[in-house]
Amino acid sequence: MIIGVLGESGSGETRVAATPATVGQLLKLGYDVVVEPGAGQRSSFSDEAYADAGATLGDPYRADVVFTINAPEPERLDRLAAGATLIGVFNPRLSAELVEEFARRPITVLSMDAVPRISRAQSLDVLSSMANIAGYRAVVEAAHAFGRFFTGQVTAAGKVPPAKVLVAGVGVAGLAAIGAAGSLGAIVRATDPRPEVADQVKSLGGEYLAVQAADVEVSATGYAKEMSDDYTERAARLYAEQATDVDIVITTALIPGRPAPRLITAKMVASMKPGSVIVDMAAANGGNVEGTVAGEVVTTANGVTIIGYTDLAGRLPAQASQLYGTNLVNLMKLMTPERDGRLVLDFEDVVQRSITVVRHGELTWPPPPVSVSAAPATAAPVNVAPQAAAQPQAAKKNRGLVLTGTGAGALFLLAAFAPPALRGHLTVFALAIVIGYYVIGHVHHALHTPLMSVTNAISGIIVVGALLQLGHGGVAVTTLSFIAVLLASINVFGGFAVTRRMLAMFTRS
Amino acid sequence: MTIETAAQSAYLVAALLFILALAGLSRHESARFGNYFGIAGMALALVATVALALVGDLSGTGLVLLLVATGIGATIGLYRAAKVEMTGMPELIALLHSFVGLAAVLVGWNGYLHVEGDPDGAEAALLGAQDLLGIHSAEVFIGVFIGAVTFTGSIVAFLKLSARMPSRPLMLPGKNLLNVGALVAFVLLTVWFVIDPHLWLLIVVTAVALLLGWHLVASIGGGDMPVVVSMLNSYSGWAAAASGFLLSNDLLIVTGALVGSSGAYLSYIMCKAMNRSFLSVIAGGFGVEAGPSGDTDYGEHREVQADAVAELLKSAESVIITPGYGMAVAQAQYGVAELTRKLRDKGIDVRFGIHPVAGRLPGHMNVLLAEAKVPYDVVLEMDEINDDFARTSVVLVIGANDTVNPAAMDDPSSPIAGMPVLKVWEAAEVIVFKRSMASGYAGVQNPLFFRENSAMLFGDAKERVNDILRAF
Repeated sequence: MIIGVLGESGSGETRVAATPATVGQLLKLGYDVVVEPGAGQRSSFSDEAYADAGATLGDPYRADVVFTINAPEPERLDRLAAGATLIGVFNPRLSAELVEEFARRPITVLSMDAVPRISRAQSLDVLSSMANIAGYRAVVEAAHAFGRFFTGQVTAAGKVPPAKVLVAGVGVAGLAAIGAAGSLGAIVRATDPRPEVADQVKSLGGEYLAVQAADVEVSATGYAKEMSDDYTERAARLYAEQATDVDIVITTALIPGRPAPRLITAKMVASMKPGSVIVDMAAANGGNVEGTVAGEVVTTANGVTIIGYTDLAGRLPAQASQLYGTNLVNLMKLMTPERDGRLVLDFEDVVQRSITVVRHGELTWPPPPVSVSAAPATAAPVNVAPQAAAQPQAAKKNRGLVLTGTGAGALFLLAAFAPPALRGHLTVFALAIVIGYYVIGHVHHALHTPLMSVTNAISGIIVVGALLQLGHGGVAVTTLSFIAVLLASINVFGGFAVTRRMLAMFTRS
Repeated sequence: MTIETAAQSAYLVAALLFILALAGLSRHESARFGNYFGIAGMALALVATVALALVGDLSGTGLVLLLVATGIGATIGLYRAAKVEMTGMPELIALLHSFVGLAAVLVGWNGYLHVEGDPDGAEAALLGAQDLLGIHSAEVFIGVFIGAVTFTGSIVAFLKLSARMPSRPLMLPGKNLLNVGALVAFVLLTVWFVIDPHLWLLIVVTAVALLLGWHLVASIGGGDMPVVVSMLNSYSGWAAAASGFLLSNDLLIVTGALVGSSGAYLSYIMCKAMNRSFLSVIAGGFGVEAGPSGDTDYGEHREVQADAVAELLKSAESVIITPGYGMAVAQAQYGVAELTRKLRDKGIDVRFGIHPVAGRLPGHMNVLLAEAKVPYDVVLEMDEINDDFARTSVVLVIGANDTVNPAAMDDPSSPIAGMPVLKVWEAAEVIVFKRSMASGYAGVQNPLFFRENSAMLFGDAKERVNDILRAF
């Protein structure tokens, strides 16, 4: 089959759906690739580069599979062959008209932004790969507009404090921003309603600011949910505090299918230091910041720059094209099970089902919901387990009590009826077991084998018993003792020697 | 101060030194001191005992015999310790357990010959005067029984571990009945012996215990060996403690109890790591109660070649290696260590994730990796590393199967459901080194092999690792 790569028609679009590198991978899957001349120009991929990679330059509209980023206009849609498969980022949740437009034609339409958030589909998740780039670019834009260093320095001309960056919303974009700002040397703080991201923030060198709240949840789709009023209020207080302190604010809060939540009010913006920069990554959906203008940079009366670019990913066109192209290659791998250049749409596969908007002219949107985020998966067993396990656990506890009771009773009887000499030994025995249990409990897991060989050596102490018997009695006793001493000596010497050898092998890096 | 009180004090100090020896093993830094404490304690105890024997009635011949026996024992022990391969540690440890068991049997028999076998002797008279004869008889029996079970159990474990005997569990009809029957017979015989000590009773109980030990371990499969070895470690301790009771020697009791509880604790850890009860391990292998659910269609597995894996590793940011018994069998640890060094030199973060029951001995993998000079601070325990797989580029599964089986978490009907496993499948790419598509010890198919992000590298682990090294 032939894959066609469209040139993007929208004036603001700088990306392209395939790069010379991904063309090579598509060829390996058995496809032929036709690229529209000039398609990669704005991403710095020349037509020659595509040709060198093995693509043909020509009319991509006749292809069986058509790659694009944005939806082509109706007149260009008309040029698609009947039965063709169109793959791009169409935002079908919000663009009902576009979906209808698709459904009027005998084609199949797959929308890459509808990939469910399951681990298997991560390699296709175009939203994640674009958010990653956008997060990085947001920091670059902020650094560009910010009149100071990000990193702190002590120079001959004086000490420079590091910039303080607040990242609101720790999704993929937020994490990328934390990483980029941190590596420029800034002090990075981050907020997010989901406390479980704290570790991820820390791992990138940021500080997680928790909003003290009662109800923090993750929705079944893996995105943050809209928060309750009480929470919003407390979060607002946190933002108000931070606004007066930080130099850069990067907001990334988005809720699928809804306008972006308002995190930073005009009052908070007014409280910021002159020269501060805000990058509102949610500008396209209404903005997290009051006063954001989508696609524009505005400067407030008190000298705060608010950047509302909606094309942050597109501002790194070569990078964005490469990642998007790879997402498409991964989709092709999934849909080309035989690696023979034949596209197979498998409706049993939840990933393929979820992204299919139209199949052969028949509307298949919206797909059945997929509830598969990491959070519910871990939450479910937690909820189920206590109920299921409660009974056995209680039974176990009871059994434990009964066993302890029986043991204590038996020990009591044994000690009570034992002759005095034996009672002393029993005391020593019981205490030694307890000491042994606690001492062994602290042994490092890596030293379990040396532990066994050392206990082997010291259990050779039985030699003492054999030794005391050696001189007494007849030939039989002496012979048996002799053998016992010999065996126990093997243990003592062998055990300690092998332990020493093993311990000498453990080295630190 | 008489020589007796001096010896008693020396025993007390020796017992404390043994406790310090075990305590020292809690950290790598203090582990070597721990071993020296153990040696010091043992030396002290031996000197005290020899002194005690010399002051007593140890004859010249006795002393010569003592020196000869110790000399031979020391030579054999040191020779074996210097020569043993780290992959052969499980066998050596099992063999050493059997020696303690046999020594305990012999000490018990001697106890009988001294007292019950010589009713007119001085010691019998002394015990009789204190009305302790019955206790003594019971102690002889218990000591001999535990010792004999330890002895044959360890011998079978040794044979299985060294592949001189098939590691597959022996399935005799009514095997649990046989075990319980042996225990009941032991109790009845003990009562009889206490009332009326006869030599033939001692012979019978020795035979029953030897058979029980043999049967107990023969009916446990190879993959449960970590539990068996720690269980036998525990038994050898109890055997020593029983001898201590027999000889009224507190040092033996303390040491035996320490060793016994250490083995018991290790068995407990191993059982927890398999989510099985101790009794179910003893009662037999996996797959007895639930047959493998083999009808499910898992899909196709993907195969890769060594050079592709080398490329993948070069471009990785972080790598976790999860070894299993297969690595020990193939002797692949040196290649793995070499690979680790090369990757670390390239600035790639390489760590190891060790499942508690990986290998045939608690801590077996750690020793193998240490032998190959892998630094111990990159070798982590399952609980330490399990959350990091999601942030890892490549996982190499080398000779492990059940310990990385996602079915343990996903499939409640699986025989290994609920067993804690290494979550390797959360990594971006998983490479599984395996001889073939055969299932693991538990007889359960592993859905990991059919995941989108896993690929199989077939063949001998050592050769494949060397292939990867060549492709570097």
